[in-house]
Amino acid sequence: MLGIESLTTRYGAITAVRDVELTVRAGEIVCLIGPNGAGKTTLLSTISGLLKPSTGRVVLDGNDVTGWAPDQMLRSGLALVPEHRRIFADFTVRENLMVGGVTQTASRREQLFDEITSLFPILKERLYTQAGFLSGGEAQQLAIGRALMSDPNVLLMDEPSLGLAPVLVDQVFELIGKLREGGRTLFVVEQNAQRMLSVADRAYVMRSGSIVTAGPAAELRGNEELFKTYLGRSGGAA
Amino acid sequence: MTELIQQIIDGLGRGGIYALLALGIAVIFGVMHLINFAHGELITVSAYSSYWLFSIGLDWWLIAPIIVVVALVTAVIIEFVAFRWVRGAPDFTMLMTSFGVHFLVQALFVMYVSANFRQFPRPEWIFATFRVGQLNLEIYDLTVIVITLLTLLATYLLLQRTMFGISLRAAAEDFDTARLMGIRSNRVIRSAFVLSGVLAGIAAVFWLMRSGQAGPTAGLSPMLKGVLAALIGGLGSLSGAVLGGFVLGLVEVLLISRLPSSIAGLTDGIVFLLIALLFVFRPQGLISVKHVERV
Repeated sequence: MLGIESLTTRYGAITAVRDVELTVRAGEIVCLIGPNGAGKTTLLSTISGLLKPSTGRVVLDGNDVTGWAPDQMLRSGLALVPEHRRIFADFTVRENLMVGGVTQTASRREQLFDEITSLFPILKERLYTQAGFLSGGEAQQLAIGRALMSDPNVLLMDEPSLGLAPVLVDQVFELIGKLREGGRTLFVVEQNAQRMLSVADRAYVMRSGSIVTAGPAAELRGNEELFKTYLGRSGGAA
Repeated sequence: MTELIQQIIDGLGRGGIYALLALGIAVIFGVMHLINFAHGELITVSAYSSYWLFSIGLDWWLIAPIIVVVALVTAVIIEFVAFRWVRGAPDFTMLMTSFGVHFLVQALFVMYVSANFRQFPRPEWIFATFRVGQLNLEIYDLTVIVITLLTLLATYLLLQRTMFGISLRAAAEDFDTARLMGIRSNRVIRSAFVLSGVLAGIAAVFWLMRSGQAGPTAGLSPMLKGVLAALIGGLGSLSGAVLGGFVLGLVEVLLISRLPSSIAGLTDGIVFLLIALLFVFRPQGLISVKHVERV
């Protein structure tokens, strides 16, 4: 469904992503873990079209989409929940969701809006609240809901549990499970490696711009050595 | 008291035009981080168009809507020819580009038309006055105030109630995230220039009715007023730009009418001094906006 082939992204002289190969198959939850500065966000930005790769290919549903603009990627069925959520703080909750559905027809947008507000009851209660006043957990739900408004086949998420209280982290992982049941394909970057590995099918471990290990999530989860070597702490739970 | 009300009405008339110009500048600053010093060229091109339209025998009723279209088309052309190529460049590069367009358009008119100002007839009926109680009102001021308020209301509804407006505001708040939502960069920036062109076109009609002349530098003064008003309001804030326009118009009229005639020529200088003072105490302008840093 999504294939990354020898992808390299540079910022000037710095190579942030080096020769990355990975695949995400339809219906899978694949996670990408690794320490800060490993290049995870850069990789997601490159896949979603915000950055152009120096070399390599991005393949979506068999089509070469390398270097496509973010709006083209979105129209091809790939959406990103960006790092730090990036919700439109001056907008109401409702307006944020509407922007998410900007590529949809008016009737489809209303339909998606109904679906998503039932998926996130808290957003339904706050439709006319300015999004800047939402709590971290609410804002995260809004960011995910906004991305779902484009009805994507593949959803990329960058650190969905970052900065959330433990009870809200539970909610996020519960939601990831729900999205899988809905048949979506997920590619998630997450600091909370243990938790993420417990919901993911497969995982890639990234360090200094390169993929260093890959495998079924259940296998990596029990690999103490991996946590010590690549994630810099034992157990990996935040 | 009567005199003050009279001056406030004059000031609102003047300020309405500034508000339309400032709003156009703020819309473009919002989506591109560009202070468009070429905004006045929309007025210059409109001025020459009016001159030409008069010479072929049209009157103001026809010329006014044509000017709005001319300003819109000019704005879109300037975006396509100049600003599209420096999009995403450092703010300073875009600033220099806007100066480049400003001087280029002036030079083109000097070279291919004339360096002299060309006169065209002002619509005298609009400068007629009538009395309400003790007030002496110009039809012009009332027309400007009413049309400006209607335009601002229409713009507000457009920005708040339509997907077009939501896209534009999203791009202004966080351009990259807007792109991630599927908003097309080219389209949203072009639509910002269309809106800015229409607003400048309406302002141009009123400005030219008053000035009645076309020259290579015809757009300089309206551009400066628009940029100043947008700065006073807090660059990037749309409501701030409108407020800034009205404040600038009011302050100018109040100063002109109060300063002794020997130093009335210093009005613009004093206005700049007041603006400098405003920025000492409120560097963010009247209404502050948080800008998301572009990555």
